[in-house]
Amino acid sequence: MSQRNPTISKGVDWSLVWIWFSLCSIGVISIFAASYRDGDNILQGFISLKTDYSRQLLFFIMGGILGTFILLTDSKFFTATANLGYSFGIVLMLLVFPFHSRIKGTESIIKFGNAFQLQPADLCKIFVNLALAKYLSRVETNFTRPRSQLIAAVIALVPAMLSIMQKETGLSLVYFSFFLVMFREGLPSSILVVGFSFAVLVVATLVVEPNTLALVLTGIALLAIYLLRRQIKRTRSVLFLIVGIWFVCVGIQRFVVPFVFDHVFQPYQVKRIYDAIGKDYVPKDQATEAVLENEVRSSGKKKDNNYNVKQSKIAIGSGGLIGKGLLKGTQTRYEFVPEQRTDFIFCTIGEGFGFLGSTLFLGIYILLLMRIVSVAERQRSVFSRCYAYGVASVLFFHIVINVCMTIGLAPVIGIPLPFVSYGGTSLLTFSVMLFILVRLDADRQMVLR
Amino acid sequence: MPVFNQSRSNIIRLIFAGMFLIIIAQLFHLQIISAKYKRQAQENALFRKSIYPTRGIIYDRKGRAILNNTILYDLMVTPAQVKNIDTGYFCQLLGIDTLEFRSRILDAKAKNGAFRPTIFEDLLPPDMYARLEENIWKFPGFNLQERPVRIYPFNAAAHIMGYVGEVDSVILKRSNNFYQLGDYVGRSGLEQYYEKELMGQRGIEFWLKDNKNRLVGHYQNKLLDTPAVAGKNLHTYMDIELQQLAEKLLTGKTGAVVAIDPRTGGILAMASGPDFDPNRLTGPDKQANYASLVLDVSGPLLNRAIKGQYPAGSTYKPLGALIGLDEGVITPASGYDCHGVYYGCPHPVKCDEHGPGHAANLRLAIAHSCNSFFSNTLKLEIDNPEYHSARRGLMKWKEYVNAFGLGHRIGVDLPSEDGGLIPDTATYDKEYHGQWNSCTMVGGGLGIGQDKMSVTPLQIANSICIVANKGYYYTPHFMERVERSGEEAPEEDTLLRRFRQKHEVLTHISNDAYEIVHSGMQDVVEIGTGRAARIPGINICAKTGTAENYRVIDGRRIKLRDNGMFVCFAPRENPRIAIAVVVENSGHGSVWAAPIASLLVEKYLNDALREERIKEVDRIAGVNIMPKFLVRVQFRDDSVRAAIWARQSGDSTRLKKYQDPAFRAVMLDTTGRYNNPILKALQRNTIINPGIGSLRKDPTDQPGNGAQAPQVAPVANLPNADSGKRTDLNGKMDSAKRIGSRRKIDSAGKVNNRKTDSGAVTVPDNKKDSTQK
Repeated sequence: MSQRNPTISKGVDWSLVWIWFSLCSIGVISIFAASYRDGDNILQGFISLKTDYSRQLLFFIMGGILGTFILLTDSKFFTATANLGYSFGIVLMLLVFPFHSRIKGTESIIKFGNAFQLQPADLCKIFVNLALAKYLSRVETNFTRPRSQLIAAVIALVPAMLSIMQKETGLSLVYFSFFLVMFREGLPSSILVVGFSFAVLVVATLVVEPNTLALVLTGIALLAIYLLRRQIKRTRSVLFLIVGIWFVCVGIQRFVVPFVFDHVFQPYQVKRIYDAIGKDYVPKDQATEAVLENEVRSSGKKKDNNYNVKQSKIAIGSGGLIGKGLLKGTQTRYEFVPEQRTDFIFCTIGEGFGFLGSTLFLGIYILLLMRIVSVAERQRSVFSRCYAYGVASVLFFHIVINVCMTIGLAPVIGIPLPFVSYGGTSLLTFSVMLFILVRLDADRQMVLR
Repeated sequence: MPVFNQSRSNIIRLIFAGMFLIIIAQLFHLQIISAKYKRQAQENALFRKSIYPTRGIIYDRKGRAILNNTILYDLMVTPAQVKNIDTGYFCQLLGIDTLEFRSRILDAKAKNGAFRPTIFEDLLPPDMYARLEENIWKFPGFNLQERPVRIYPFNAAAHIMGYVGEVDSVILKRSNNFYQLGDYVGRSGLEQYYEKELMGQRGIEFWLKDNKNRLVGHYQNKLLDTPAVAGKNLHTYMDIELQQLAEKLLTGKTGAVVAIDPRTGGILAMASGPDFDPNRLTGPDKQANYASLVLDVSGPLLNRAIKGQYPAGSTYKPLGALIGLDEGVITPASGYDCHGVYYGCPHPVKCDEHGPGHAANLRLAIAHSCNSFFSNTLKLEIDNPEYHSARRGLMKWKEYVNAFGLGHRIGVDLPSEDGGLIPDTATYDKEYHGQWNSCTMVGGGLGIGQDKMSVTPLQIANSICIVANKGYYYTPHFMERVERSGEEAPEEDTLLRRFRQKHEVLTHISNDAYEIVHSGMQDVVEIGTGRAARIPGINICAKTGTAENYRVIDGRRIKLRDNGMFVCFAPRENPRIAIAVVVENSGHGSVWAAPIASLLVEKYLNDALREERIKEVDRIAGVNIMPKFLVRVQFRDDSVRAAIWARQSGDSTRLKKYQDPAFRAVMLDTTGRYNNPILKALQRNTIINPGIGSLRKDPTDQPGNGAQAPQVAPVANLPNADSGKRTDLNGKMDSAKRIGSRRKIDSAGKVNNRKTDSGAVTVPDNKKDSTQK
């Protein structure tokens, strides 16, 4: 978006723009690779707007135009309208309840005719980010006080609650990523550590074999004791703390999670969780098995639920070191992987370009995230910094969860890969988020409130 | 405040980097370490398509194709594309009902999925193909696919050529997974023996398939594909016209004909009766036909030329004479004063000739086939003072006979040849506990080729080749050469080397000895027992044979009509053909066997038959001397099967038919003029097992009585099948119900194939009996 007008381009961080540009291009190419059939007319395909990749290209261009408009906007506009925007977002999400249309099991989408559909829960990320930045940057906010922390959490989590009520669990989890922003602004690290550890522990319990996990946990505990041996010599309580934490972790892993699965959840819920991480759920006794079979029979589903993850792992795994090359991936081209243009777009890259290509691709993302963090740190205004961290957190969460679910490390909760997955709302939302950041960064010398 | 938490930015950076590291580690695991996903991806998307080469063609000695390939058509269906078709019309064309149509579509879906073509009906009969071809455009989703099929243009040599069939689990296992399920391999005859040459080399194409199992294109531009190499053509020594004539002459007879060219060991013709049309095992009804052939108690699938073991009878006599001459126990001038019985041993041996002086010398003894003379000769051979004991004499004799190619497999290029039996000391020790002498076997008839001696027609023919060649032979074989490209020549050597090797087994016997035996054999045709075989202008050396024919039926050994045999070679000066003919139940060898051999010699040497001889062919071909007990045995087997089926399925409709007086009258009609002891015994019901109690009923009997007996009786005979086995059998029976059919021999003696719905369970044991005894 090289603007000739010097007043617009002044202070713009071009590296972010270039990364945005390259990621979007990769996205269009990947979707092209996933949907192109031998013999199709490529040029016609790209301009016809009938193919997915041509539409994605259109969204890409629209994102560029929207970005240009944002760069033309005054930075103060964003601080001034942050609260208003938040209210607007919440109202939009509430409007979903009466006006939603049911698509693929979710109730979070409003349709305007056939051509356009809107997912407020997705869009709301921008408003929440702005509003949270606004709240945290207020002069009167003292974020060391639990009250302020609570308010910040409420700002972030209200849309999450609404999202859950719209049966869009995946998107609601995105809002938890704003805790990273709060952490940067002084939220006690223990909350983050405990919360994050707990999440990792639960996921690990499901993914890793129990005994292995217990050994790993023990190993970590022993390592901690070794590293902290001097402190332990001085104060014995540290040792007890470590042992206590280890004990709790193993307890959760060995007893709490199985107990919850066996006695609190219904068998089908457990099965869904297992399916989401691509594992076969083996029921403990025949009674549960019978219940499950009834469930399957009544639902009449043919394919396994974990079919997606299995096929996705096969596709990525078959890529090898250097991959099969663009348009040569057998798994992605012949539609073995479902949803591969949207949530499972990473398979196309993994199969086509192999380990090296995937690593390079992830490298672009990490470059983007690191760049945003350093951009954030150079801001004079708290608002800009909080906003930048918000962008980084949301992107990070999306990338990690999306990639992890394609490689079987995280449950399948349909959230798109930023800039790459097919989908107008997603691409435009992320583009707008990023360009607002670029706009704010261009005015980094100003103190915005 | 910003300064306050500055360090946390690094922690956040660390978290970012950490998560990405975990992702990259997992990617490394999936893409680099684990090979499982690549394999699964191949399983997902790669389809190995086998390309079948055309099998080799088999030619006769004049280059006529006896076994060729033709194209039949399979009707394929792609279930997903079947839309809006006139099902009623379609079913009418195929001759099925809509229910069957629907179940086949479902089967196809289950087998290959809805998007890939599956066979709907295989090997369409030509008329059905013609009807479908015209209308196929009306039925989207259906198409006709070519399929190469074996065809036998001369409808002959069924036993020799063999047939192809799908591989079974045994072949799969034995071939070390060289074959795949659904492959066709030679299952008998030359098709099996030369499978390697005939099959060619299977090609492999790698195709890509999509998530719906549709083939979408070649993998890697056919880089990994291997083309199919067509099978090699075989040239045989067989004369197909001679073969056809031999088969025609054996019509309505049980027996075998083998004709060999003594100069090369090449088999000119090999027929076995009863036989079948080989094309029945290739076309659309091959399974039904196969079932009917298997169920036929007369055993048409059996190649009696290599598997039928008969007593050699008098055809052994030239060999006995040669052995005697070589051992020096007789001379050409030796005679025996025979008056119809041989009294040299406690157990007398009868001789057919009574006139005095019919065995005045060796030549006459052969010509008149004097039993006394040859019994005496054997006694002299065994009691040869040179060996000091009968044991060593017998072993020496056996050595000679083995050298004539009897008592062991000869090594013809057909699978599953039988070896026959030549008794030795161990055989007699076992039976007589060591208490035996030369008279034991002479009295039993070993000297005239009976007693414990059993040989196959091929062995007899080969022994005559040795006599004709004066001591050497080439292993009888069909294959003359394999058609192939130049650089492969050495391979042919290994394949055919053993057929090119001259076996000089008995060349140490003097030329004079051979000459005198040849003269005796020529006299057989000129003045002796085989005058029926005479052909003006050709010096034929021959020997008739008549062997007693015993058979165990229902546990009782019963003497049937003698087996007639005839061996000959011609012309005497330069033997070009040696023939052995065995006709079961035909009485003296001169009655049917001799004319058959004579016709074959004439056909081969003169390349045509004289006008009056063609009438002779028709006369012989028109005669039915099939053993009549077969009718009874067949009826019994079929009705027992029907009874089993009725018991297991509760469906007694088929069984009822066997109790129907009219049906029984037709099925059991052996024209009344029958004085066979078997039939009499059957009628008296003394030797029938209780399972076929209904047989005792005359056609005039009340049906009420008959209905009761068979339903109860077979139950007692059957092993107690547990419920699992029973259902299994039921399944078999169900399928057999459609294909089962039954042969009927009617009063005119013609063999008809009549389809009825009798079930198939097992092949009855009687089949073996009928051939080996």
